[in-house]
Amino acid sequence: MPDGATPFVLDVKDLKTVFRTRGGEVHAVNDVSFTLKPGELLGVVGESGSGKSVTMMSLIRLLPMPPAEIRGGRVMFEGQDLAKVPEETMRAIRGARIGMVFQDPMTSLNPVFTVGYQLMEPLRKHMGMDKAAATTRAVELLELVGIPDARRRLGDYPHQFSGGMRQRVMIAIALACDPKVLIADEPTTALDVTIQAQILELIKDLRQKLGMAIVWITHDLGVIAGIADRVMVMYGGQVVEQAPVRELFANPQHPYTRMLLETVPHIKGARAEKLRVIQGQPPILAKAPESCPFMARCPQAFERCARQNPARYDVGNGHDAACFWDFKTGAPRDV
Amino acid sequence: MLTYTIRRLILAIPTLLFISFIIFLIVKLSPSDPTAGLPLTIPPEVREQIRESLGVNDPVLVQYFKWLKLMVWDEPLHLVEDWTGWQIAPDGPRIISYQTRSPVMDLIVQRMPQTLWVVGTSYIVGILIALPLGIISAYRQYSVFDQVGTFISMVGFSVPTFFTGVLFIVIFAVHLGWFPSVYDTTHEVTDWDSFVVQVKQIIMPVMVLGLYNASQISRYMRASMLDNLNQDYVRTARAKGLGERVVVLVHVLRNSMIPVITVIALNIPAVFGGAIITEQVFKVNGIGQLLIIAIQGGDVPVVQTVSVIFAVLIVLFNLIADVLYGVLDPRIRYD
Ligand SMILES: Nc1ncnc2c1ncn2[C@@H]1O[C@H](COP(=O)(O)OP(=O)(O)OP(=O)(O)O)[C@@H](O)[C@H]1O
Ligand code: SF4
Ligand SMILES: [Mg+2]
Repeated sequence: MPDGATPFVLDVKDLKTVFRTRGGEVHAVNDVSFTLKPGELLGVVGESGSGKSVTMMSLIRLLPMPPAEIRGGRVMFEGQDLAKVPEETMRAIRGARIGMVFQDPMTSLNPVFTVGYQLMEPLRKHMGMDKAAATTRAVELLELVGIPDARRRLGDYPHQFSGGMRQRVMIAIALACDPKVLIADEPTTALDVTIQAQILELIKDLRQKLGMAIVWITHDLGVIAGIADRVMVMYGGQVVEQAPVRELFANPQHPYTRMLLETVPHIKGARAEKLRVIQGQPPILAKAPESCPFMARCPQAFERCARQNPARYDVGNGHDAACFWDFKTGAPRDV
Repeated sequence: MLTYTIRRLILAIPTLLFISFIIFLIVKLSPSDPTAGLPLTIPPEVREQIRESLGVNDPVLVQYFKWLKLMVWDEPLHLVEDWTGWQIAPDGPRIISYQTRSPVMDLIVQRMPQTLWVVGTSYIVGILIALPLGIISAYRQYSVFDQVGTFISMVGFSVPTFFTGVLFIVIFAVHLGWFPSVYDTTHEVTDWDSFVVQVKQIIMPVMVLGLYNASQISRYMRASMLDNLNQDYVRTARAKGLGERVVVLVHVLRNSMIPVITVIALNIPAVFGGAIITEQVFKVNGIGQLLIIAIQGGDVPVVQTVSVIFAVLIVLFNLIADVLYGVLDPRIRYD
């Protein structure tokens, strides 16, 4: 491979994010590593508080600092380490090379500016378009995300759009400058079921047309099964398992993932249940974990799990899991 | 919007009628005698004749309606005639000050410019100080700047202006001798030097009132900014790669200004009220001083007229604040 070139659009290594709060530190992201290939759709699952959002926000440094602090790691994107580049460079990447869509479309748009203004902002800032060019492009974008009567709707305010339509606008904003990577943080959670399905279809369609890589954060394993190429499972601020989507559903390795899949009655088609039905409490992230974060809730836990935090062991087929227990042999892993 | 405004204007009429009646009654029923200010040598019969000619012995409602007609019809026409030279004012009686025997409106026209100068400048100065103060305080919440600013505005807000006024006089006029302690209203600005004199004499009253206004408005500004800084749309703006200046001064400020502008409009009549005391302290012969002298001298027509003017200001600026809210916030459409 030539110098600096990698097969990944995004290559995250040992990312560590800590919140310094009055009550002490919160270790929200602990040595998270993952990669993203061009055009790939990576699903990220994990229960509430597992660090999915904070991980992705850390990548593009969108967290309030303080209280957040990125303690370490590197984030390679287009030959640069995003953890190190100056803020100005980061700003040129945000919204241009990496787009973001958030959970709540009702509050994510500024209520006092027209949708057109908000959509044209990144176009004018990153692509240097003048008003006329930006307007033309904005109309194209709204049509692309399926908003009828696009030209007229540019002058409307967010409150004149429904929730689903607003999320379409958010997607249009995120895609405005043709980004390499789209990070979607639970983009359908706040929407009605039928609207959720429409947005999913839209994303699938746009991915075909535009070919960007997508990181899709969700609670819904059913959604993951339907659209992801690869899945990353997070727990306690760590990646506990990662595999191609079929492999993960067919052959889950981490006890947490196995429990997650048990709570989903039908993976294909039917809607999955939320992940919270697993018994027990999520870990307290007051310090960097020295034991397995899942220990307190793990049926397989044994003595070694209390002494050491497992690394991610390769189990073949592009699949790895952070657990000392080997389900193939039914015995502790031989490492 | 327009119909809403008109409806509100019409609704303001009964409110003002009611207020004017109360003002009329309160002042009427107070035990001050319109002839009290006349020399003691005037015999009682003559005194009674003077009372009769002033109309104080008519039934109360008759007096009220006569007075109301003068107040809302004749006197405003006189005012317009004064300004434009059109011969439109009726010939009938006018509202005459007991003390000076000249029409009350003439007194007010004489006094108004001084008050407007002092109050207007101090309000503008207050706003100009308050807005950046509130914005920076909120953006750098809990910083040294914020804490010092919060402390000063707490003090500025809780210390009455008659105290700060006297304090300023003692420090800047008596000890340092920088500014005159008395506001000379006969001073006219004709050239640079007289302009400097004007600036010097207006500084202290403006600062006293301005600081008071600034501390109040900056509290609102800070609170409103803080409310908005944590909103989702701010994260969206940052995710678009916009610079902090645009994020804060365009996206956040535009939203934060909505309640602040309403408060600024609502407070204008209160500032006039507050100026009464400051005018007293600095011997500015404005409306406030006119009112105080009239109260002391039992000059009922002057007290009534000034009170009605204040009432109109309050009702008017309430209306303006409501309309502004609708203009600034696209989510609010009154029609
Ligand atoms: N501003 C903050 N200050 C302190 N702790 C924070 C802050 N933001 C997030 N955290 C903590 O970081 C951890 C991870 O939160 P994160 O939002 O990434 O979870 P998540 O996996 O996205 O959950 P959800 O599914 O609810 O969105 C949580 O324990 C949370 O308490
Ligand atoms: S490492 Fe131990 S505690 Fe952790 S998931 Fe595996 S078996 Fe359970
Ligand atoms: Mg989240």
